Amino acid sequence: MVASTPSNGGQKPARRRALSRRQRKLRSYLVAYSFIAPNFAGFAIFTLGPILFAFALAFMHWDGSNHIGFAGLDNFWKLFHDAGFIAAFWNTIIYTAFSVPLTMVCALGLAILLNQKLAGRNFFRTAAFFPYVASLVAVAVVWNMLFNPEMGPVNMILYTFGVDPKDLPGWAADKDWAMVTIILFGIWKNMGYFMVIYLAGLQGINAELYEAADLDGATAWQKFWNVTLPQLTPTTFFVSVMLTIQSFKVFDQVFMITQGGPGTSTLVLVYHIYNEAFISWDLGYSSMVALVLFLLVLVVTVVQFRLTREE
Amino acid sequence: MKIAGIKINTSRLALYLLAIAITIVMLMPFAWMLSASLKLNREVFQFPIHWIPPHPRWQNYIDIWTKIPLTTFIYNTAKITIIVTLLQLLTSSFAAYAFAKLRFPHRDLLFLGYVATIAMPWQVYMVPQFLMMREMGLYNTHLAIICLQAFTAFGVFLMRQFYMSIPDELCEAARVDGMSEYRIWWNIMLPLSRPALSTLTIFTFVFAWNDFLGPMIYLTKTELKTIQIGLRMFISQYSAEYGLIMAASVVALVPVLAVFLVLQRFFVEGIASSGLKG
Repeated sequence: MVASTPSNGGQKPARRRALSRRQRKLRSYLVAYSFIAPNFAGFAIFTLGPILFAFALAFMHWDGSNHIGFAGLDNFWKLFHDAGFIAAFWNTIIYTAFSVPLTMVCALGLAILLNQKLAGRNFFRTAAFFPYVASLVAVAVVWNMLFNPEMGPVNMILYTFGVDPKDLPGWAADKDWAMVTIILFGIWKNMGYFMVIYLAGLQGINAELYEAADLDGATAWQKFWNVTLPQLTPTTFFVSVMLTIQSFKVFDQVFMITQGGPGTSTLVLVYHIYNEAFISWDLGYSSMVALVLFLLVLVVTVVQFRLTREE
Repeated sequence: MKIAGIKINTSRLALYLLAIAITIVMLMPFAWMLSASLKLNREVFQFPIHWIPPHPRWQNYIDIWTKIPLTTFIYNTAKITIIVTLLQLLTSSFAAYAFAKLRFPHRDLLFLGYVATIAMPWQVYMVPQFLMMREMGLYNTHLAIICLQAFTAFGVFLMRQFYMSIPDELCEAARVDGMSEYRIWWNIMLPLSRPALSTLTIFTFVFAWNDFLGPMIYLTKTELKTIQIGLRMFISQYSAEYGLIMAASVVALVPVLAVFLVLQRFFVEGIASSGLKG
Protein backbone atom coordinates (compact mmCIF):
# COMPACT_ATOMS: atom_id res chain seq x y z
CA MET A 1 0.00 0.00 0.00
CA VAL A 2 2.74 2.41 0.90
CA ALA A 3 4.48 1.69 -2.38
CA SER A 4 1.61 3.00 -4.45
CA THR A 5 1.26 6.43 -2.79
CA PRO A 6 2.33 9.30 -5.05
CA SER A 7 5.34 10.28 -2.89
CA ASN A 8 6.90 6.92 -3.57
CA GLY A 9 7.52 7.45 -7.28
CA GLY A 10 8.33 4.83 -9.85
CA GLN A 11 5.36 2.51 -9.45
CA LYS A 12 2.59 5.00 -10.28
CA PRO A 13 0.68 4.51 -13.55
CA ALA A 14 2.11 6.65 -16.33
CA ARG A 15 -1.10 8.58 -16.96
CA ARG A 16 -1.24 9.73 -13.38
CA ARG A 17 2.32 10.96 -13.41
CA ALA A 18 1.54 13.04 -16.47
CA LEU A 19 -0.99 15.12 -14.55
CA SER A 20 0.54 17.89 -12.52
CA ARG A 21 -0.42 18.33 -8.89
CA ARG A 22 -2.61 21.28 -9.83
CA GLN A 23 -4.44 19.40 -12.52
CA ARG A 24 -5.09 16.52 -10.17
CA LYS A 25 -6.48 18.91 -7.59
CA LEU A 26 -8.75 20.54 -10.16
CA ARG A 27 -9.93 17.13 -11.26
CA SER A 28 -10.80 16.14 -7.74
CA TYR A 29 -12.78 19.35 -7.32
CA LEU A 30 -14.69 18.64 -10.50
CA VAL A 31 -15.51 15.15 -9.27
CA ALA A 32 -16.76 16.64 -5.98
CA TYR A 33 -18.93 19.19 -7.78
CA SER A 34 -20.33 16.48 -10.03
CA PHE A 35 -21.58 14.71 -6.89
CA ILE A 36 -23.35 17.82 -5.70
CA ALA A 37 -24.64 19.06 -9.04
CA PRO A 38 -27.80 16.95 -9.52
CA ASN A 39 -29.22 17.79 -6.12
CA PHE A 40 -27.98 21.35 -6.12
CA ALA A 41 -29.53 22.14 -9.51
CA GLY A 42 -32.97 21.07 -8.33
CA PHE A 43 -32.45 22.73 -4.97
CA ALA A 44 -31.33 26.04 -6.49
CA ILE A 45 -34.15 26.23 -9.02
CA PHE A 46 -37.03 25.04 -6.87
CA THR A 47 -36.03 26.23 -3.40
CA LEU A 48 -33.34 28.91 -3.42
CA GLY A 49 -34.80 30.85 -6.34
CA PRO A 50 -38.33 31.02 -4.94
CA ILE A 51 -36.96 32.07 -1.52
CA LEU A 52 -35.22 35.08 -3.05
CA PHE A 53 -38.29 35.80 -5.18
CA ALA A 54 -40.44 35.69 -2.01
CA PHE A 55 -38.47 38.47 -0.36
CA ALA A 56 -38.79 40.68 -3.45
CA LEU A 57 -42.49 39.91 -3.92
CA ALA A 58 -43.29 41.15 -0.40
CA PHE A 59 -42.55 44.69 -1.64
CA MET A 60 -44.57 44.39 -4.86
CA HIS A 61 -48.19 44.66 -5.96
CA TRP A 62 -49.22 41.74 -8.15
CA ASP A 63 -52.36 39.80 -8.90
CA GLY A 64 -50.54 37.14 -10.86
CA SER A 65 -51.61 38.19 -14.36
CA ASN A 66 -51.27 41.98 -14.85
CA HIS A 67 -48.12 44.07 -14.48
CA ILE A 68 -46.03 43.86 -11.35
CA GLY A 69 -45.78 47.20 -9.54
CA PHE A 70 -43.41 48.33 -6.85
CA ALA A 71 -45.29 48.72 -3.57
CA GLY A 72 -42.64 50.00 -1.22
CA LEU A 73 -43.87 49.43 2.31
CA ASP A 74 -47.59 49.35 1.41
CA ASN A 75 -47.89 45.65 2.16
CA PHE A 76 -46.11 46.15 5.46
CA TRP A 77 -48.47 48.90 6.65
CA LYS A 78 -51.44 46.83 5.52
CA LEU A 79 -50.54 44.19 8.11
CA PHE A 80 -51.56 46.53 10.92
CA HIS A 81 -55.03 47.22 9.48
CA ASP A 82 -55.82 43.65 8.50
CA ALA A 83 -58.01 42.07 11.19
CA GLY A 84 -57.47 38.65 9.57
CA PHE A 85 -53.71 38.95 9.88
CA ILE A 86 -53.87 40.12 13.48
CA ALA A 87 -56.13 37.21 14.44
CA ALA A 88 -53.93 34.76 12.51
CA PHE A 89 -50.78 36.11 14.16
CA TRP A 90 -52.10 35.70 17.71
CA ASN A 91 -53.73 32.35 17.00
CA THR A 92 -50.41 31.06 15.66
CA ILE A 93 -48.64 32.30 18.80
CA ILE A 94 -51.28 30.69 21.05
CA TYR A 95 -51.10 27.41 19.15
CA THR A 96 -47.30 27.39 19.44
CA ALA A 97 -47.24 28.46 23.09
CA PHE A 98 -49.42 25.50 24.07
CA SER A 99 -48.49 22.79 21.63
CA VAL A 100 -44.68 23.08 21.95
CA PRO A 101 -44.31 22.56 25.72
CA LEU A 102 -47.17 20.05 25.92
CA THR A 103 -45.83 17.94 23.05
CA MET A 104 -42.31 18.07 24.54
CA VAL A 105 -43.46 16.89 27.96
CA CYS A 106 -45.58 14.10 26.47
CA ALA A 107 -42.81 13.00 24.11
CA LEU A 108 -40.17 12.96 26.85
CA GLY A 109 -42.44 11.10 29.26
CA LEU A 110 -43.28 8.55 26.62
CA ALA A 111 -39.61 8.15 25.65
CA ILE A 112 -38.58 7.51 29.27
CA LEU A 113 -41.41 5.02 29.68
CA LEU A 114 -40.59 3.15 26.47
CA ASN A 115 -36.86 3.18 27.19
CA GLN A 116 -37.53 0.79 30.12
CA LYS A 117 -37.07 -2.90 29.54
CA LEU A 118 -40.70 -3.77 28.86
CA ALA A 119 -41.90 -6.80 26.97
CA GLY A 120 -43.47 -5.68 23.68
CA ARG A 121 -41.60 -2.39 23.85
CA ASN A 122 -41.20 -2.24 20.09
CA PHE A 123 -44.92 -2.63 19.61
CA PHE A 124 -45.61 0.24 22.01
CA ARG A 125 -43.07 2.43 20.19
CA THR A 126 -44.53 1.64 16.79
CA ALA A 127 -48.05 2.36 18.05
CA ALA A 128 -47.00 5.74 19.43
CA PHE A 129 -45.26 6.63 16.20
CA PHE A 130 -48.03 5.57 13.88
CA PRO A 131 -50.21 8.72 14.08
CA TYR A 132 -47.22 10.71 12.80
CA VAL A 133 -47.01 8.76 9.55
CA ALA A 134 -50.76 8.38 9.06
CA SER A 135 -52.49 10.44 6.37
CA LEU A 136 -53.69 13.69 7.88
CA VAL A 137 -56.82 13.81 5.74
CA ALA A 138 -57.82 10.36 6.96
CA VAL A 139 -57.11 10.91 10.66
CA ALA A 140 -58.62 14.40 10.65
CA VAL A 141 -61.92 13.07 9.37
CA VAL A 142 -61.95 10.41 12.11
CA TRP A 143 -61.05 13.07 14.64
CA ASN A 144 -63.99 15.19 13.44
CA MET A 145 -66.31 12.23 13.88
CA LEU A 146 -64.94 11.25 17.29
CA PHE A 147 -65.29 14.84 18.51
CA ASN A 148 -68.63 15.47 16.86
CA PRO A 149 -70.50 17.57 19.47
CA GLU A 150 -73.88 15.83 19.04
CA MET A 151 -73.08 12.23 18.10
CA GLY A 152 -69.36 11.72 18.69
CA PRO A 153 -68.13 9.03 21.08
CA VAL A 154 -65.96 11.50 23.02
CA ASN A 155 -68.92 13.57 24.14
CA MET A 156 -70.94 10.38 24.69
CA ILE A 157 -68.25 9.16 27.07
CA LEU A 158 -68.15 12.52 28.86
CA TYR A 159 -71.93 12.33 29.13
CA THR A 160 -71.87 8.85 30.66
CA PHE A 161 -69.34 10.15 33.18
CA GLY A 162 -71.98 12.63 34.29
CA VAL A 163 -71.10 15.81 32.40
CA ASP A 164 -74.24 17.87 31.95
CA PRO A 165 -75.36 17.96 28.28
CA LYS A 166 -75.32 21.77 28.43
CA ASP A 167 -71.66 21.74 29.52
CA LEU A 168 -70.45 19.31 26.86
CA PRO A 169 -67.77 21.02 24.76
CA GLY A 170 -68.67 21.89 21.17
CA TRP A 171 -65.08 21.08 20.08
CA ALA A 172 -64.40 22.21 16.50
CA ALA A 173 -67.79 23.90 16.21
CA ASP A 174 -67.37 26.09 19.29
CA LYS A 175 -65.14 29.17 19.07
CA ASP A 176 -63.87 28.63 22.61
CA TRP A 177 -63.01 24.99 22.03
CA ALA A 178 -61.86 24.95 18.40
CA MET A 179 -58.26 25.87 19.23
CA VAL A 180 -58.19 23.27 22.02
CA THR A 181 -59.32 20.66 19.50
CA ILE A 182 -56.56 21.66 17.07
CA ILE A 183 -53.92 21.62 19.82
CA LEU A 184 -54.99 18.20 21.12
CA PHE A 185 -54.92 16.83 17.59
CA GLY A 186 -51.41 18.22 17.03
CA ILE A 187 -50.08 16.64 20.22
CA TRP A 188 -51.61 13.27 19.41
CA LYS A 189 -50.29 13.36 15.84
CA ASN A 190 -46.74 14.57 16.51
CA MET A 191 -45.63 13.29 19.90
CA GLY A 192 -44.55 9.91 18.54
CA TYR A 193 -41.98 11.48 16.25
CA PHE A 194 -40.40 13.53 19.02
CA MET A 195 -40.51 10.49 21.28
CA VAL A 196 -38.24 8.70 18.80
CA ILE A 197 -35.79 11.63 18.88
CA TYR A 198 -35.84 11.63 22.69
CA LEU A 199 -35.28 7.86 22.68
CA ALA A 200 -32.17 8.38 20.59
CA GLY A 201 -31.01 11.02 23.07
CA LEU A 202 -31.68 8.78 26.07
CA GLN A 203 -29.72 5.95 24.52
CA GLY A 204 -26.77 8.28 24.10
CA ILE A 205 -26.47 8.97 27.84
CA ASN A 206 -23.48 7.31 29.46
CA ALA A 207 -24.72 4.53 31.78
CA GLU A 208 -21.87 5.24 34.22
CA LEU A 209 -23.55 8.51 35.17
CA TYR A 210 -26.52 6.55 36.48
CA GLU A 211 -24.25 4.07 38.26
CA ALA A 212 -22.48 6.94 40.00
CA ALA A 213 -25.83 8.43 40.99
CA ASP A 214 -26.93 5.04 42.37
CA LEU A 215 -23.77 4.88 44.50
CA ASP A 216 -24.68 8.28 45.94
CA GLY A 217 -28.11 6.90 46.80
CA ALA A 218 -30.02 9.16 44.41
CA THR A 219 -33.75 8.61 43.99
CA ALA A 220 -35.29 8.08 40.55
CA TRP A 221 -36.58 11.65 40.65
CA GLN A 222 -33.13 13.06 41.52
CA LYS A 223 -31.58 11.04 38.72
CA PHE A 224 -34.09 12.48 36.30
CA TRP A 225 -33.38 16.09 37.33
CA ASN A 226 -29.61 15.80 37.77
CA VAL A 227 -28.59 13.30 35.10
CA THR A 228 -31.26 12.73 32.48
CA LEU A 229 -32.44 16.29 31.86
CA PRO A 230 -29.00 17.98 31.75
CA GLN A 231 -27.65 15.21 29.52
CA LEU A 232 -30.60 15.66 27.18
CA THR A 233 -30.01 19.40 26.66
CA PRO A 234 -28.87 19.07 23.01
CA THR A 235 -31.86 16.84 22.26
CA THR A 236 -34.24 19.21 23.99
CA PHE A 237 -32.82 22.09 21.98
CA PHE A 238 -33.27 20.21 18.72
CA VAL A 239 -36.79 19.12 19.65
CA SER A 240 -37.87 22.59 20.75
CA VAL A 241 -36.58 24.22 17.55
CA MET A 242 -38.19 21.60 15.31
CA LEU A 243 -41.47 21.77 17.19
CA THR A 244 -41.58 25.55 17.18
CA ILE A 245 -41.00 25.72 13.44
CA GLN A 246 -43.59 23.03 12.87
CA SER A 247 -46.11 24.85 15.06
CA PHE A 248 -45.61 28.18 13.34
CA LYS A 249 -46.38 26.64 9.99
CA VAL A 250 -49.44 24.67 11.09
CA PHE A 251 -52.01 24.52 8.29
CA ASP A 252 -53.26 21.09 7.17
CA GLN A 253 -54.96 20.16 10.42
CA VAL A 254 -56.67 23.56 10.65
CA PHE A 255 -57.84 23.32 7.06
CA MET A 256 -59.18 19.83 7.67
CA ILE A 257 -60.78 20.24 11.09
CA THR A 258 -62.06 23.82 11.42
CA GLN A 259 -61.30 25.71 8.16
CA GLY A 260 -60.00 28.51 10.38
CA GLY A 261 -63.33 28.99 12.10
CA PRO A 262 -65.66 29.44 13.79
CA GLY A 263 -65.17 33.09 12.87
CA THR A 264 -61.43 33.61 12.96
CA SER A 265 -60.90 31.57 16.14
CA THR A 266 -58.46 29.14 14.50
CA LEU A 267 -57.22 31.22 11.55
CA VAL A 268 -53.42 30.78 11.48
CA LEU A 269 -50.65 32.49 9.51
CA VAL A 270 -50.24 29.88 6.77
CA TYR A 271 -54.00 29.78 6.30
CA HIS A 272 -53.95 33.53 5.83
CA ILE A 273 -51.07 33.27 3.35
CA TYR A 274 -53.05 30.65 1.44
CA ASN A 275 -56.22 32.78 1.42
CA GLU A 276 -54.46 35.97 0.37
CA ALA A 277 -52.55 34.21 -2.41
CA PHE A 278 -54.90 31.65 -3.89
CA ILE A 279 -58.30 33.11 -3.01
CA SER A 280 -57.70 36.91 -3.18
CA TRP A 281 -54.67 36.72 -5.55
CA ASP A 282 -52.94 39.49 -3.60
CA LEU A 283 -49.54 37.89 -4.11
CA GLY A 284 -47.40 40.73 -2.76
CA TYR A 285 -49.35 40.96 0.45
CA SER A 286 -49.38 37.20 0.96
CA SER A 287 -45.59 37.24 0.62
CA MET A 288 -45.43 39.96 3.26
CA VAL A 289 -47.37 37.70 5.64
CA ALA A 290 -44.98 34.90 4.70
CA LEU A 291 -42.10 37.18 5.57
CA VAL A 292 -43.60 37.68 9.04
CA LEU A 293 -43.78 33.90 9.40
CA PHE A 294 -40.13 33.64 8.39
CA LEU A 295 -39.08 36.34 10.89
CA LEU A 296 -40.99 34.59 13.68
CA VAL A 297 -39.17 31.34 12.95
CA LEU A 298 -35.84 33.14 12.74
CA VAL A 299 -36.24 35.06 16.00
CA VAL A 300 -37.36 32.02 17.97
CA THR A 301 -34.57 29.85 16.59
CA VAL A 302 -31.92 32.43 17.44
CA VAL A 303 -33.32 32.97 20.96
CA GLN A 304 -33.43 29.23 21.62
CA PHE A 305 -29.89 28.89 20.33
CA ARG A 306 -28.69 31.65 22.69
CA LEU A 307 -30.49 30.14 25.67
CA THR A 308 -28.95 26.72 25.15
CA ARG A 309 -25.50 28.22 24.74
CA GLU A 310 -25.72 30.08 28.03
CA GLU A 311 -26.55 26.87 29.84
CA MET B 1 -47.06 -8.15 45.99
CA LYS B 2 -47.95 -11.81 45.48
CA ILE B 3 -50.90 -13.05 43.49
CA ALA B 4 -51.54 -16.81 43.28
CA GLY B 5 -47.96 -17.54 44.14
CA ILE B 6 -46.49 -15.35 41.38
CA LYS B 7 -44.45 -12.43 42.55
CA ILE B 8 -45.51 -9.26 40.80
CA ASN B 9 -43.51 -6.11 40.92
CA THR B 10 -46.07 -3.35 41.44
CA SER B 11 -44.03 -0.58 39.85
CA ARG B 12 -43.45 -2.67 36.73
CA LEU B 13 -47.13 -3.44 36.62
CA ALA B 14 -47.85 0.29 36.75
CA LEU B 15 -45.43 0.85 33.86
CA TYR B 16 -47.20 -1.76 31.76
CA LEU B 17 -50.61 -0.33 32.55
CA LEU B 18 -49.42 3.14 31.59
CA ALA B 19 -47.88 1.90 28.34
CA ILE B 20 -51.06 0.03 27.46
CA ALA B 21 -53.26 3.02 28.29
CA ILE B 22 -51.18 5.33 26.06
CA THR B 23 -51.19 2.79 23.25
CA ILE B 24 -54.98 2.62 23.42
CA VAL B 25 -55.23 6.41 23.12
CA MET B 26 -52.81 6.43 20.18
CA LEU B 27 -54.50 3.61 18.29
CA MET B 28 -58.14 4.17 19.24
CA PRO B 29 -58.92 6.48 16.28
CA PHE B 30 -57.56 3.84 13.89
CA ALA B 31 -59.60 1.08 15.51
CA TRP B 32 -62.68 3.28 15.29
CA MET B 33 -61.93 4.04 11.64
CA LEU B 34 -61.56 0.36 10.79
CA SER B 35 -64.71 -0.53 12.67
CA ALA B 36 -66.77 2.29 11.14
CA SER B 37 -65.57 1.35 7.65
CA LEU B 38 -67.55 -1.88 7.96
CA LYS B 39 -70.78 -0.28 9.16
CA LEU B 40 -73.92 1.28 7.75
CA ASN B 41 -74.15 5.03 8.20
CA ARG B 42 -76.74 4.77 10.95
CA GLU B 43 -74.59 2.28 12.88
CA VAL B 44 -71.46 4.44 12.87
CA PHE B 45 -72.43 6.68 15.78
CA GLN B 46 -74.24 4.07 17.85
CA PHE B 47 -73.31 4.21 21.51
CA PRO B 48 -72.02 2.18 23.29
CA ILE B 49 -69.60 1.50 20.46
CA HIS B 50 -69.75 -1.91 18.79
CA TRP B 51 -66.06 -2.30 18.06
CA ILE B 52 -66.69 -5.41 16.01
CA PRO B 53 -69.65 -4.70 13.71
CA PRO B 54 -72.32 -7.39 14.14
CA HIS B 55 -72.91 -7.48 10.38
CA PRO B 56 -69.66 -6.32 8.74
CA ARG B 57 -70.49 -4.47 5.54
CA TRP B 58 -67.68 -5.38 3.14
CA GLN B 59 -69.75 -3.76 0.40
CA ASN B 60 -68.32 -0.37 1.56
CA TYR B 61 -64.92 -1.44 0.26
CA ILE B 62 -66.41 -2.27 -3.13
CA ASP B 63 -68.57 0.85 -3.41
CA ILE B 64 -65.75 3.34 -2.87
CA TRP B 65 -64.03 2.27 -6.08
CA THR B 66 -67.07 3.23 -8.15
CA LYS B 67 -68.09 6.41 -6.28
CA ILE B 68 -64.77 8.16 -6.95
CA PRO B 69 -61.87 7.35 -9.32
CA LEU B 70 -59.90 5.86 -6.45
CA THR B 71 -57.75 3.73 -8.77
CA THR B 72 -56.59 6.85 -10.63
CA PHE B 73 -55.85 8.67 -7.38
CA ILE B 74 -53.81 5.76 -6.05
CA TYR B 75 -51.95 5.36 -9.33
CA ASN B 76 -51.12 9.10 -9.42
CA THR B 77 -49.95 9.11 -5.82
CA ALA B 78 -47.89 5.94 -6.20
CA LYS B 79 -46.23 7.32 -9.34
CA ILE B 80 -45.31 10.64 -7.71
CA THR B 81 -44.25 9.05 -4.44
CA ILE B 82 -42.00 6.43 -6.01
CA ILE B 83 -40.28 8.88 -8.37
CA VAL B 84 -39.78 11.43 -5.59
CA THR B 85 -38.39 8.83 -3.20
CA LEU B 86 -35.95 7.42 -5.77
CA LEU B 87 -34.75 10.87 -6.86
CA GLN B 88 -34.39 11.96 -3.28
CA LEU B 89 -32.38 8.89 -2.21
CA LEU B 90 -30.13 9.09 -5.26
CA THR B 91 -29.37 12.80 -5.39
CA SER B 92 -29.18 13.25 -1.60
CA SER B 93 -26.76 10.42 -0.96
CA PHE B 94 -24.73 11.50 -3.99
CA ALA B 95 -24.39 15.09 -2.79
CA ALA B 96 -23.92 14.01 0.81
CA TYR B 97 -20.91 11.92 -0.17
CA ALA B 98 -19.13 15.01 -1.46
CA PHE B 99 -20.05 17.04 1.62
CA ALA B 100 -18.86 14.32 3.99
CA LYS B 101 -15.83 12.74 2.29
CA LEU B 102 -14.42 15.05 -0.38
CA ARG B 103 -12.51 18.30 -0.09
CA PHE B 104 -13.31 21.22 -2.35
CA PRO B 105 -13.48 25.01 -2.12
CA HIS B 106 -16.50 26.52 -0.30
CA ARG B 107 -17.65 23.12 0.87
CA ASP B 108 -18.69 24.21 4.35
CA LEU B 109 -20.25 27.45 3.11
CA LEU B 110 -22.34 25.56 0.59
CA PHE B 111 -23.41 23.06 3.21
CA LEU B 112 -24.35 25.85 5.60
CA GLY B 113 -26.53 27.30 2.83
CA TYR B 114 -28.32 23.98 2.55
CA VAL B 115 -28.83 23.62 6.29
CA ALA B 116 -30.11 27.17 6.68
CA THR B 117 -33.02 26.43 4.36
CA ILE B 118 -34.16 23.45 6.46
CA ALA B 119 -35.48 25.93 9.00
CA MET B 120 -37.24 27.89 6.24
CA PRO B 121 -40.86 26.75 6.10
CA TRP B 122 -41.97 25.78 2.62
CA GLN B 123 -45.05 27.95 3.18
CA VAL B 124 -42.84 31.06 3.11
CA TYR B 125 -41.93 30.53 -0.54
CA MET B 126 -44.78 28.38 -1.82
CA VAL B 127 -46.42 31.34 -3.58
CA PRO B 128 -43.40 32.47 -5.66
CA GLN B 129 -42.60 28.81 -6.31
CA PHE B 130 -46.11 28.34 -7.66
CA LEU B 131 -45.80 31.42 -9.90
CA MET B 132 -42.47 30.17 -11.24
CA MET B 133 -43.81 26.67 -11.93
CA ARG B 134 -46.80 28.19 -13.68
CA GLU B 135 -44.45 30.21 -15.92
CA MET B 136 -42.59 26.98 -16.70
CA GLY B 137 -45.88 25.40 -17.81
CA LEU B 138 -45.93 22.96 -14.90
CA TYR B 139 -49.34 23.94 -13.49
CA ASN B 140 -51.56 20.87 -13.42
CA THR B 141 -48.70 18.45 -14.03
CA HIS B 142 -47.26 15.78 -11.77
CA LEU B 143 -43.81 17.03 -12.66
CA ALA B 144 -44.43 20.14 -10.54
CA ILE B 145 -45.05 18.04 -7.41
CA ILE B 146 -42.03 15.87 -8.18
CA CYS B 147 -39.75 18.88 -8.65
CA LEU B 148 -40.81 20.53 -5.46
CA GLN B 149 -40.40 17.43 -3.29
CA ALA B 150 -37.41 15.60 -4.72
CA PHE B 151 -34.51 17.93 -3.90
CA THR B 152 -34.66 18.71 -0.22
CA ALA B 153 -31.93 20.06 1.99
CA PHE B 154 -33.20 17.71 4.67
CA GLY B 155 -32.23 14.63 2.66
CA VAL B 156 -28.71 15.89 2.04
CA PHE B 157 -28.33 16.83 5.70
CA LEU B 158 -29.54 13.45 6.95
CA MET B 159 -27.27 11.45 4.64
CA ARG B 160 -24.27 13.67 5.28
CA GLN B 161 -24.59 13.24 9.05
CA PHE B 162 -24.62 9.48 8.59
CA TYR B 163 -21.60 9.46 6.25
CA MET B 164 -19.66 11.53 8.78
CA SER B 165 -19.87 8.58 11.16
CA ILE B 166 -18.20 6.24 8.62
CA PRO B 167 -14.41 6.31 9.11
CA ASP B 168 -12.45 8.21 6.43
CA GLU B 169 -9.85 5.43 6.39
CA LEU B 170 -12.31 3.23 4.56
CA CYS B 171 -12.46 5.67 1.62
CA GLU B 172 -8.71 6.30 1.77
CA ALA B 173 -7.99 2.58 1.49
CA ALA B 174 -10.32 2.27 -1.48
CA ARG B 175 -8.70 5.27 -3.19
CA VAL B 176 -5.28 3.74 -2.74
CA ASP B 177 -6.59 0.59 -4.38
CA GLY B 178 -7.47 2.74 -7.38
CA MET B 179 -11.24 2.93 -6.94
CA SER B 180 -12.86 6.02 -8.40
CA GLU B 181 -14.98 8.21 -6.12
CA TYR B 182 -18.12 7.06 -7.93
CA ARG B 183 -17.29 3.42 -7.27
CA ILE B 184 -16.54 4.15 -3.61
CA TRP B 185 -19.95 5.79 -3.29
CA TRP B 186 -21.70 2.92 -5.03
CA ASN B 187 -19.77 -0.08 -3.65
CA ILE B 188 -18.87 1.08 -0.17
CA MET B 189 -20.97 3.98 1.06
CA LEU B 190 -24.40 2.97 -0.23
CA PRO B 191 -24.35 -0.56 1.24
CA LEU B 192 -23.13 0.82 4.58
CA SER B 193 -25.79 3.50 4.78
CA ARG B 194 -28.81 1.23 4.78
CA PRO B 195 -30.17 2.59 8.11
CA ALA B 196 -29.95 6.19 6.91
CA LEU B 197 -31.42 5.32 3.52
CA SER B 198 -34.30 3.57 5.26
CA THR B 199 -34.94 6.58 7.45
CA LEU B 200 -34.90 8.87 4.45
CA THR B 201 -37.18 6.49 2.55
CA ILE B 202 -39.74 6.52 5.35
CA PHE B 203 -39.66 10.29 5.64
CA THR B 204 -39.82 10.95 1.91
CA PHE B 205 -42.38 8.28 1.16
CA VAL B 206 -44.63 9.33 4.01
CA PHE B 207 -44.29 13.00 3.19
CA ALA B 208 -44.95 12.58 -0.52
CA TRP B 209 -47.82 10.15 0.02
CA ASN B 210 -49.52 12.34 2.63
CA ASP B 211 -48.77 15.75 1.16
CA PHE B 212 -51.89 17.82 0.92
CA LEU B 213 -51.19 21.51 0.37
CA GLY B 214 -48.82 20.99 -2.59
CA PRO B 215 -51.19 18.84 -4.68
CA MET B 216 -54.12 21.04 -3.63
CA ILE B 217 -52.42 24.12 -5.10
CA TYR B 218 -51.02 22.48 -8.23
CA LEU B 219 -53.51 19.80 -9.25
CA THR B 220 -57.04 20.94 -10.00
CA LYS B 221 -58.01 18.37 -12.64
CA THR B 222 -59.70 15.32 -11.16
CA GLU B 223 -57.70 12.89 -13.31
CA LEU B 224 -54.45 14.29 -11.90
CA LYS B 225 -55.38 14.34 -8.23
CA THR B 226 -53.56 12.39 -5.54
CA ILE B 227 -55.18 10.20 -2.94
CA GLN B 228 -55.16 12.90 -0.24
CA ILE B 229 -56.98 15.56 -2.24
CA GLY B 230 -59.14 12.84 -3.79
CA LEU B 231 -60.11 11.69 -0.32
CA ARG B 232 -60.78 15.27 0.67
CA MET B 233 -62.99 15.70 -2.42
CA PHE B 234 -64.85 12.52 -1.49
CA ILE B 235 -65.38 13.77 2.07
CA SER B 236 -66.89 17.04 0.90
CA GLN B 237 -69.07 15.39 -1.76
CA TYR B 238 -70.45 12.58 0.38
CA SER B 239 -70.16 14.16 3.82
CA ALA B 240 -72.85 11.94 5.35
CA GLU B 241 -71.57 8.64 3.93
CA TYR B 242 -69.60 7.87 7.06
CA GLY B 243 -68.99 4.20 6.33
CA LEU B 244 -67.68 4.90 2.83
CA ILE B 245 -65.47 7.78 4.00
CA MET B 246 -63.91 5.54 6.61
CA ALA B 247 -63.35 2.75 4.08
CA ALA B 248 -61.61 5.19 1.70
CA SER B 249 -59.51 6.49 4.60
CA VAL B 250 -58.40 2.96 5.46
CA VAL B 251 -57.36 2.43 1.83
CA ALA B 252 -55.36 5.69 1.90
CA LEU B 253 -53.55 4.58 5.07
CA VAL B 254 -52.54 1.05 4.08
CA PRO B 255 -49.52 1.79 1.82
CA VAL B 256 -47.91 4.03 4.41
CA LEU B 257 -48.52 1.45 7.10
CA ALA B 258 -46.88 -1.21 4.91
CA VAL B 259 -43.75 0.83 4.15
CA PHE B 260 -43.49 1.89 7.75
CA LEU B 261 -43.75 -1.64 9.17
CA VAL B 262 -41.20 -3.01 6.70
CA LEU B 263 -38.63 -0.31 7.43
CA GLN B 264 -39.38 0.66 11.02
CA ARG B 265 -36.63 -1.46 12.61
CA PHE B 266 -34.11 0.86 10.97
CA PHE B 267 -35.90 3.88 12.22
CA VAL B 268 -34.63 4.62 15.70
CA GLU B 269 -31.11 3.73 14.58
CA GLY B 270 -31.41 6.04 11.58
CA ILE B 271 -32.63 9.02 13.57
CA ALA B 272 -30.10 8.39 16.31
CA SER B 273 -27.20 8.43 13.89
CA SER B 274 -28.33 11.37 11.82
CA GLY B 275 -30.64 13.80 13.51
CA LEU B 276 -28.73 14.98 16.52
CA LYS B 277 -24.99 14.77 16.42
CA GLY B 278 -23.91 18.07 14.91
